[in-house]
Order: sequence, then C-alpha cells, then structure tokens
Amino acid sequence: MRFVDEFRDAGTARALATRIAALCEPGRHYKFMEVCGGHTHTIYKHGLEDYLPETVSLVHGPGCPVCVIPMGRVDDAIAIAEHDDVILTTFGDMLRVPGGRGSFFDSKAAGADIRMVYSPLDALKVARKNPDKRVVFMAIGFETTAPSTAMTVLRAAAEGLDNFSIFCNHVTIIPAIKAILDSPDLRLDGFIGPGHVSTIIGCRPYEFIAREHGKPLVCAGFEPLDILQSVYQLLLQLHENRCEIENQYARVVPWDGNLRALQAIGEVMELRPHFEWRGLGFIAQSALRVREKYAAFDAERIFAVPGVRVADPKACQCGEVLKGVLRPWECKVFGTACTPETPIGTCMVSSEGACAAYYNFGRFSRERVKEATRA
Amino acid sequence: MCLGIPGEIVEILADREDLAMVSVEGVKRAVNIGLLEDETLVPGDWILIHVGFALSKIDEREAKASLEWLTGVGDAYTDELAALAESDIT
Repeated sequence: MRFVDEFRDAGTARALATRIAALCEPGRHYKFMEVCGGHTHTIYKHGLEDYLPETVSLVHGPGCPVCVIPMGRVDDAIAIAEHDDVILTTFGDMLRVPGGRGSFFDSKAAGADIRMVYSPLDALKVARKNPDKRVVFMAIGFETTAPSTAMTVLRAAAEGLDNFSIFCNHVTIIPAIKAILDSPDLRLDGFIGPGHVSTIIGCRPYEFIAREHGKPLVCAGFEPLDILQSVYQLLLQLHENRCEIENQYARVVPWDGNLRALQAIGEVMELRPHFEWRGLGFIAQSALRVREKYAAFDAERIFAVPGVRVADPKACQCGEVLKGVLRPWECKVFGTACTPETPIGTCMVSSEGACAAYYNFGRFSRERVKEATRA
Repeated sequence: MCLGIPGEIVEILADREDLAMVSVEGVKRAVNIGLLEDETLVPGDWILIHVGFALSKIDEREAKASLEWLTGVGDAYTDELAALAESDIT
C-alpha cells in the first residue's frame, strides 16, 4: 500500500491545495478543462473540487469515446448487424448506447447476432471460428484504441481472412480540442491533458494549443494527487506568464508517444474529411477511416449503411456537457428521466461519461467539507 | 473499454513473438505485445493493457496505483475484468 499512499496522501493534497490557493490572483476566475473521462471520474470520486478555491473550476471535456458516437453511427452498425449472415462484435460499453432506432441491446433482443468482446483480436477469433459468417467489429475509441484495431486488421490481412471487417468509428483528440478552443461558448484558461491517449500520441501534438491559442496544457496521471499537481502546474504557468505543454505523467507518457502504434494507425487508416461528434457536430479531419489498401476489411465499403444523421433527443443536453458548457447536474433530465439504468444520453451510459461519474459519486463529494477553505 | 489495466509478464511465448502470458489480478491471460516491439520485455515486467494490447511498460509503483484506481472505478472495472477473463486472443 505504500505505493498508493504516495499518490493519495491527504497531507500532501492539503499542502498542494494551499499552494494552489496562493497562486490564485484575487478577483480572477480560472477554468480548466480535463479532456479525459478517466480524469472526470477521479475528480468526482475523490471530491477534488473541494480541494480547490471557489475561483478555480474544472470543466469536463469530450474525452469519452462512447459518449461522442452520434446516434446515426449506432443505427448504421445495427443495419449491418441485421444481415442474416453477420455477427457484429462490440465492446460491452456500446451495448446500451441509444441510437435513433434503439441500442445494440435492443437489436440483439430482436434477433441480431451481436456479441460482446474484450479485444478486437477476440473478434478475429470469432471470424476464424465462423467461416460461413461475416464478422464485423464495431471499432470505437481515440488514439488509445485505434492502434489495437489497426494491428488486428494487419493480422487479418496476414492470415488472409476474408470474413472479417471493421466498422471504423475511431476519432482523434486534437481536432476536438481545437473545436472547443474555436467555440465561442467557452473561455478556458488551460487543459489537463489526457493520460492514455498521450501514451500513444505523446505531447508534441498539443504544442499548437500553447503556440496558437496561448493556453497551457499539462498531461496528467489518474491519481488524485496527479490532478491536483497538474492544476498547480497550470496555475504556476499562468502566474509566471508562461504558456507551455508540460508532462506531469512522464512515468507513463513518453514525450514522443508510441511510434510503433502511430505507424500501425498510419498504415491501416487515414483521416476522414469530416466526422460527426455527438454534441460537437461535424469536425473536419477528426476521425479515421480504413485506407483503400485495406478495403477488404472495411465494413463501410462492404455494406451499404443508411448513413442518416439522427438528431439527439430534444431533452438531452449531452452536447453542452461534452463541450463543458453545462455541468452534468445542470441538464434538465439529469437524475430524473436520465439515469444510468435508463440513459437518454451517452454521457450517462458510459462509466467514463461525466453524467454517470457525477451521478455515482458527485452528490457525495459535494457534501464534503471544503478542504480549500480549511487549508 | 477505455480502461488501462496493469499486468505482470509471467512468460514471453517462444513460438508467438507477439504474445506474452500476463498475470492480471492473479488470472493468466495472453496479451499482444506487438506495440512494444522497441522495448525489452522480460518476466517480472509490468505493462499497461488496453483491449488485449500492451500500450506501455510501467513500473511496479505505477501498476499498484493503477490497480487501486481501477478498484475505485467499481462496476466498470469488474465488467472489464470479466470480459478479459473470457478473452482468448491466442
């Protein structure tokens, strides 16, 4: 346990809270976005906002891959699954994500062969075992997950499998951050950068945020002290009039990322001209599709999908939550019509979603004593 | 699926250079190590696993912290572990 205490020690947290409070200029409000859903989880679970002065707020960003899948893509995948000879394989997180015509779960109940897998390589195994079926893998995720899909396609190609394909929905984090920076809705002072995505892409792709937008970013680990330390580093930069990309999570994130993983993505996939994100709308060059060279493994080329854009339910304000404009509890249906058991929007479906994280832990943390005022 | 789970390498498979046997919370599973080609991996090393692939080599200190974090995540982690236990990528 001594390992863990090092990242969670309450005394260290209070000391950091004091140093954070000392850096805040009177009358100034600070707003930092944590891009990654894992960070959102830590913030709510440990009530980290209670360690921060009232003038520092953390807003939650679009870094939950399940949350940003638009309803139309869910419908497209269901249309593929409805072919008699198709087995659609998917991560468990996707099963309850609502599309315009219901979820994968509903489609499975209606007779479609939809199977949960842990890894895209499991999907490959399903294809090997079912040569008379066409096996499609619902590929989702940021750059953290895209290399695994790419490696799986390379493996399928090497084996000469002709009944395996992917329905590619991989998205890339940088254009989403750019869209948020360009959005007039939100004034941010800096970013807590994602941990696992940065393991793959490294820190260099964030440099434009400091250079062109004048905002600092600190790549952070997932422990409570990692996040407090990152907030401290952001405030210190602002205090010293610096604007840089810093790597607080250097124990896991290499500055240059994982070159082998980036190569695998580049070999199999290319940027789409544009892609729709739930809540953020269409963002140019923000997602990946399968290259022509691997067309035989591209479900979008193999199956005619409806490709219809489906508007989110009117009551759902996931879009505003994903952009950080609304806090989860400010959504009209939060905790009433929309709960983890009966989600209306994606942010309540995924455990990484801001609404589910707040629903599960938030009320607890809000009742906590304000450590910052005590410190 | 978004979780990174730490595991300890127990064996590098001689006949499948892209796979390693890894102990995750005491359960042995095959994990693809193709993304860590540039690293030297030996039994006893800790890796961060995501959807069946090792994403990075980590130290034991980070592994223990990650496990603690994951335990705090609750159902999402138990679901992920259950899915991992069912997984067979050999």
